[in-house]
Amino acid sequence: MTTMREAFINTVNEELENDPRIAVVTAVISASNFPQDRERVVDVGIREQTMVGVAGGLALAGLRPVVHSYAPFLVERPYEQIKLDIGHQDVGAVFVSIGASYDDPAWGRTHQSPGDVALFDTLPGWTVHVPGHPDEVTPLLRQALKDDNRVYVRLSLHENAQAYPVGEGFTALRHGKRGVVLAVGPMLDRVLKAVDSENADVTVLYAATVRPFDSDGLRKAVQETDHADVMVVEPYLEGTSAHLVSEALQQIPHRVRYAGVKRHAELRNYGTAEDHDAAHDLDVVGLGSAVRSFFRG
Amino acid sequence: MTGDEKHEWAAASTIDVLWVLYDRVLDVTPATVDDPDRDRFLLSKGHGPMAYYAVLAEKGFISESTLDDWTSWDSPLGLHPDRALVNGVEISSGSLGHGLPIAVGTALGQRIAGSAGRTFVLVGDGELDEGSNHEAIAVAARLNVANLTAIVIDNQNSMYGWPGGIAGRFAVEGWQTAEVDGRDHEAIFTALTAPHDRPYAVVAKIEKSY
Repeated sequence: MTTMREAFINTVNEELENDPRIAVVTAVISASNFPQDRERVVDVGIREQTMVGVAGGLALAGLRPVVHSYAPFLVERPYEQIKLDIGHQDVGAVFVSIGASYDDPAWGRTHQSPGDVALFDTLPGWTVHVPGHPDEVTPLLRQALKDDNRVYVRLSLHENAQAYPVGEGFTALRHGKRGVVLAVGPMLDRVLKAVDSENADVTVLYAATVRPFDSDGLRKAVQETDHADVMVVEPYLEGTSAHLVSEALQQIPHRVRYAGVKRHAELRNYGTAEDHDAAHDLDVVGLGSAVRSFFRG
Repeated sequence: MTGDEKHEWAAASTIDVLWVLYDRVLDVTPATVDDPDRDRFLLSKGHGPMAYYAVLAEKGFISESTLDDWTSWDSPLGLHPDRALVNGVEISSGSLGHGLPIAVGTALGQRIAGSAGRTFVLVGDGELDEGSNHEAIAVAARLNVANLTAIVIDNQNSMYGWPGGIAGRFAVEGWQTAEVDGRDHEAIFTALTAPHDRPYAVVAKIEKSY
């Protein structure tokens, strides 16, 4: 079965052939998956700040750079270059990460990036995609490659059993009266299981695109329920979207609960992603408990 | 895991230098890991720490049984070392290009404190691609942090290489330098114990690996 990473590589390689604007910039990671003999494919070595700076320059020269690495090395290390060499120059690029919050925690903290989307939230004008299935990657990426805007695509080893149509706006997969659960990307399947296990009569919204945030979609879903109770389940730092949920529902008295990677302490354990899901209450058991306590009564 | 997912090549590239360091050079033992006057070793090239863990176990910093379940949830040993979890580990590493700047700081701190302790930092030639190293190379020389030794494992892994050689890159900033066979224990020992009154770079050459 194709992984999200493979879907990304295949799509970009196809578009390299079709679109002379497309360029790829890497810092060793995944570089061998792109045709190094092409001038529009640049591997700068282990130099992430330079990777982003070069991408900014390529964009200034009219190209559409795709910038790729493991999430902490794509977003955290060259953050100022993203802010200035891309954003402040007012140019576009497509950033694609792998690794997510803790896809392989045996590598430790250096290879975990639960704060990546929160960092992009400090910068204006970024579209953020968090696909939940490999088949969602290609359409999101093809659109991003056609455009000129700033796009971050967050890939993961963890995925849902099936793909859903992608595009701007949240997709309602369940309709209920007790409240609304918003599930982001790979969180969907476990959210559905948790909701089912608790027989919760809630609307479930799915989001593969989280920026721009579908405020209208959330508000509409809340207005169609009997209780303005909202749970947001994100695969990165808990509460990353709190400011946007608050803004969307500012005219509606509401309750809200955020589930995500916990912020209170650095988790120094290694182990598996499933271990970390459990520690952050992002497994079915933890989410079920959250659904039960939040939507009680 | 299969292939080089555990960075086994990286571990194989450092094992000889690590052994000579801990066996014959560093003035640090399990009993002195908190002594402010100890020598400090910083593994900047945090990839492939199996060699590091093995040496720490052999020298008594950690128990050999700890090696058995590494990377598990309850193990202190991961694919990159964590100073908060492993006795004797001076820095948490795994993201490249952090160790040398930190080493300049620890060596400077030792000097400020009047300590006789020295700082040794191990980096890879591929890791030298990271620009932060070159900022630190310049700063160490300007501040003349003479109690600092940088060991570069040169397995020809740098993306574009260094014209004039790795030692030349340090020398142009004013470092004292040496080049040794990274598999020759006597040569490594001689180089690492050579007197120096400037920051000192030892380039340990080994066979090409990835």
